[in-house]
Amino acid sequence: MSHATIADKRPSTLRGARLPKWSPYAIALGSIAVAIGIGLGAGLDSRIQIGLIAGLLFLLGTYVIAARVEGSRQAKDRIATSLVWVAFLLAVVPLASLVWSTVVRGIKVLDVYFLTHSMGVVADSEPGGGIYHAILGTLEQVGLATLIAAPVGVLTAIYLVEYGRGKLAQAITFFVDVMTGIPSIVAGLFILSIMLMLDMQPFGFAGSMALAILMMPVVVRSTEEMLKLVPNELREASLALGVPKWRTILKVVVPTSIGGITTGIMLAVARITGETAPVLLLVFGNSFINANPFEGAQSSLPLYIYQQYANSAGSEAAFDRAWAASLTLIAFVMILNLVARGIARWKAPKTGR
Amino acid sequence: MAKRIDVSGLTAYYGSHKAIEDISMTVEPRSVTAFIGPSGCGKSTFLRTLNRMHEVTSGGRVEGKVLLDDEDLYGAGIDPVSVRREVGMVFQRPNPFPTMSIFDNVAAGLRLNGSYKKSELQDVVEKSLKGANLWNEVKDRLNKPGSGLSGGQQQRLCIARAIAVEPNVLLMDEPCSALDPISTLAIEDLIGELKERFTIVIVTHNMQQAARVSDRTAFFNLAAVGQPGKLIEIDDTERIFSNPSVQATEDYISGRFG
Repeated sequence: MSHATIADKRPSTLRGARLPKWSPYAIALGSIAVAIGIGLGAGLDSRIQIGLIAGLLFLLGTYVIAARVEGSRQAKDRIATSLVWVAFLLAVVPLASLVWSTVVRGIKVLDVYFLTHSMGVVADSEPGGGIYHAILGTLEQVGLATLIAAPVGVLTAIYLVEYGRGKLAQAITFFVDVMTGIPSIVAGLFILSIMLMLDMQPFGFAGSMALAILMMPVVVRSTEEMLKLVPNELREASLALGVPKWRTILKVVVPTSIGGITTGIMLAVARITGETAPVLLLVFGNSFINANPFEGAQSSLPLYIYQQYANSAGSEAAFDRAWAASLTLIAFVMILNLVARGIARWKAPKTGR
Repeated sequence: MAKRIDVSGLTAYYGSHKAIEDISMTVEPRSVTAFIGPSGCGKSTFLRTLNRMHEVTSGGRVEGKVLLDDEDLYGAGIDPVSVRREVGMVFQRPNPFPTMSIFDNVAAGLRLNGSYKKSELQDVVEKSLKGANLWNEVKDRLNKPGSGLSGGQQQRLCIARAIAVEPNVLLMDEPCSALDPISTLAIEDLIGELKERFTIVIVTHNMQQAARVSDRTAFFNLAAVGQPGKLIEIDDTERIFSNPSVQATEDYISGRFG
């Protein structure tokens, strides 16, 4: 009996006052309302400013209310959660708004005609025309760049992880790091200087070479990380079966990490697909269809976007084409990413029973 | 096909650190030899010198002789890859190849060495899985990934993979330390069967296990941390556990240290 009475009187140490589940939403709504009020009162007409004020108010409100009701430890916990959410929104809002405006403006002229025709007989300021030549150029230039950079990058990474010891490996690692930091225009100038020495005219493959320079370090870095993730025990298991080292790498190490390696290559491809500067210098741009990357100027999507924007003297039709080309480019990169994810999932080591 | 191992004056290094010093012993064919001793005394290092896996670790090097029947594994012109085909190894943690099915895991040794006939492969896999007492458990799912098996099954899969290439010697580095008692029992029974065909060397931290499975037992010890490990004595298991000739062995076995 006496135990029960004591237990009844003593407050539980395991249960404290808790804010209801809906409180974060309420605080968020409240802070947005207050922020709008402040905005109206102070005459702010930028939605970004009001949004930032709302974010700050949300953090502050969460902390104060939680500290009042739940105590300081829970308040700290809640403010950490809130910070993560606010940071997430801050990151997502520009992204979503970028995708939104590209889709809205790009969809206007984006149709089958646009994707299958070039700008050959259309002046930049007139409506009509399309991006077939630019898509073709991008596919060829990026494809060739990948053909150069992916094997070299993957083999370099294999050397660094599986064989590299001492000075040479250190030097390679150092230069790969330096290469990662090369601005794309510098890679373009490097190839341009060679082209000028050899007295050559712009052509697609020159752009590919510059893009390959930009792509290689990214491939090396990501492949290196993936190979390092392969447990040493697998290498030892294979070696202990009397399998030579090169076959161990080819049949055990690389297959185990092939999903990650492919993802890395695809992300590197996605990165160079959007490069404009080296293409501008080396491929020059062409409003006609040129399917031969080894001779004559070509176009490419980023270059097309830039030229439509810059050379059309404010023509509405050119702006629409630039937006539609941007949308195509974003869609292209997104498809590449999805393909990479698909491959990674398909090739990932299986654990099913 | 079991072969005798004769080790004389073997010293192994990691870089400049001497891990084991001046070890000499004979391992009889068709028997089980157990290595016991405290952690860090070099049992595993010594085991790895027996199939030249020690040099896979960066900075690993070896002095001395290891004779397999009459051939020195560290002699001039010896190919470490060929050595490892004759002296197989099972590791502490089960490590089936995650990208391969159960069948491919067992066939890996033959396939990756490139020396097999398609028709033989099926037989070899079945024989090896039966040899590892795993056939009945996996015969209906040979095409499922090996990593889906339980820990004990995975370890027996690794044993099947190791015996599929028909080595002369099988080295086991604490093969049961990651397993539960039932799986351990399965592997110990298996060791008893395998010694009819192979020379087996097993490293173990479990002294009861050494007493159960081995014919001969070697006790390793190190003078102090940072000092190289040494072979204290090797003798028939019964003698080591009842009447060892060195005081340190008796102290270790009776639990006075380590």
